[in-house]
Amino acid sequence: MASVLYTYASPQAFYPLAGRMIPWFAWAAAILALAGLYVGFFVAPTDATQGEAYRIIFLHVPAAWMSMFIYVVMAGWAGLGLVLNTRLSGMMASALAPTGAMFTFLALWSGALWGRPTWGTYWVWDARLTSELILLFLYLGFIALKEAIEDPRRADRASAVLALVGVVNIPIIYFSVQWWNTLHQGASVSFTAAPKMAATMLAGMLLMVFAAWMYSIAVSLARVRAIILERERDAAWVREAIA
Amino acid sequence: MNWGSVAEFLAMGGYAAFVWGSYAVAAACIAGEVALVLRRLRRARGEAPGASVR
Repeated sequence: MASVLYTYASPQAFYPLAGRMIPWFAWAAAILALAGLYVGFFVAPTDATQGEAYRIIFLHVPAAWMSMFIYVVMAGWAGLGLVLNTRLSGMMASALAPTGAMFTFLALWSGALWGRPTWGTYWVWDARLTSELILLFLYLGFIALKEAIEDPRRADRASAVLALVGVVNIPIIYFSVQWWNTLHQGASVSFTAAPKMAATMLAGMLLMVFAAWMYSIAVSLARVRAIILERERDAAWVREAIA
Repeated sequence: MNWGSVAEFLAMGGYAAFVWGSYAVAAACIAGEVALVLRRLRRARGEAPGASVR
């Protein structure tokens, strides 16, 4: 097992592997998203209090979960690169950042459009919303720092420190609705209690969550392939691979 | 089935701007990201635009 991991930790070995995996994840994402949208719009009933506006959650919850989860994975890769000094780790972290930033933006955007009809406001400086906005700035800062440093290996190390420091924000986002009296409601789905929503609503939401996972994996793998080629462009294997 | 007609579906019980505003921006972001990644991959491979990405 360890030897397999070491083999695929080299960009040269990972490049073709990623290429083979992308179609599977992309198709899974498309099928799950279609199923999730079908359940979300045609099977799940109208919410008794929120009317049809609640259907935004099929987008909002997956986007918000992915925004946090991708950050943790990104920081994990960055930290691994810092400790083991492996080339692929920094590339993986770079590949995840734009997708994480996009999901963070979508969580904020869909949250604002859900908040307006439900709370009566697009935005409020409550702990959940503010910490999620900080997450967006952390992603953008991470990307900007990488771009600002010429030498990619030095850029990896500097941005890894930023990513690791920023991890402290993730539990703040997650627990903000418990620690503070926020306008944002508490968790609708948890591991310890029955979900506070109809089964079909939960099914639609989970299908969309899995679709978001598959999409994130597919698009990050495609981006990491581009990054591998960009960074290793002078290596003999790259010249062969793209010949 | 929740909707009696296409118009009813599009109206989203009066929340059309909020619901479709969310999903349209999400679709645009995802389409944009996919397009940017594919373009970056093509450029990294030194291929002409429109060449298949494999």
